[in-house]
Amino acid sequence: MSISASWYLTLAALLFTIGAVGLLIRRNVLVMFMCVELMLNAANLTFVSFARKLNDIAGQTAVFFVLVVAAAEVVVGLGIIVSIYRRRLGATADDVHELKG
Amino acid sequence: MTSSLLAATIPDAITVVVAAVICVVGALGVVLARNPVHSALMLVMTLFGVAVLFIEENAQFLAAVQVIVYAGAIVVLFLFVIMLLGVDRSEVIAKEPLPGQRPVAICLGVLGLAEVLLLAHGKWSTGAHSVSGTLGSPASNVQQIGKSIFTTYLLAFEVTSALLVVAVVGAVVLARRPRSSQGQLEPPGGAALELDDAIDSGPEASKAEPIDVTTRDGEPAGDGTVVDSEDEIAESEVTSP
Repeated sequence: MSISASWYLTLAALLFTIGAVGLLIRRNVLVMFMCVELMLNAANLTFVSFARKLNDIAGQTAVFFVLVVAAAEVVVGLGIIVSIYRRRLGATADDVHELKG
Repeated sequence: MTSSLLAATIPDAITVVVAAVICVVGALGVVLARNPVHSALMLVMTLFGVAVLFIEENAQFLAAVQVIVYAGAIVVLFLFVIMLLGVDRSEVIAKEPLPGQRPVAICLGVLGLAEVLLLAHGKWSTGAHSVSGTLGSPASNVQQIGKSIFTTYLLAFEVTSALLVVAVVGAVVLARRPRSSQGQLEPPGGAALELDDAIDSGPEASKAEPIDVTTRDGEPAGDGTVVDSEDEIAESEVTSP
């Protein structure tokens, strides 16, 4: 008998919370991005746990799509960060609080 | 809940506990590390832990994709941008830019954690099962996921390809440097100019190095005065011992 899904869900909740708190308290845009990745991984863990719990392959398929969307999001987000950094020196979120070029 | 952990086989329990500890330590490291490079490496640690948990939950294909795509591509992209922008210096974490934000953020996080934990131990299933197939079939994991993607979720898969194309085009457009209106757009003394100077002066400085040496040997006060002060310092450091 394998580990019950509650443990995985608890761990996923913990990971998600750490990522969310990190997203709120950090100023570096790159670290904030990494915290978003943490939250996405927590969601993936939840999907896989429920796929096993409910005996359904759709959960793992959803994780596949989450991976693709995460890759696209990282590419576009890092492109935005590079272009912001090119126009003004600074990679913290406070540097772009005016949203003005 | 504790009984379920004890009822599992010993190797399973040990694997899950070790992977969970690795995940949590890595996640805390991402948030608490001062250097963004350390954060990225801690992220790799968490991603590997999650991959181990995927294997433990019979999602072998996703574990492989997790290691290849996340730890192999996305984190490398992060590290690439960190090194490219040169933001790998340590950040002062102790200073709080917005007073009172961190306690509020941590309180919100604890509240959210409590809520999700309550949900995690409640009733999850609505009783309705999807039509995409079960995990219990004798086919392999890759075969099952492939069948699910290319039959039930075919439209979503096609839209995913469009999303990837848009992301690639967007990244190219965002990262492209505007050539025509460079004088208008660039701020005075901006980062782009410094980057340009750094890139442009790299090969030229290395090419100009032997010429400087020869002229300096012949006549010290001649053309050598045009040389940048950095080159002079570097040269004097090299030649002094």
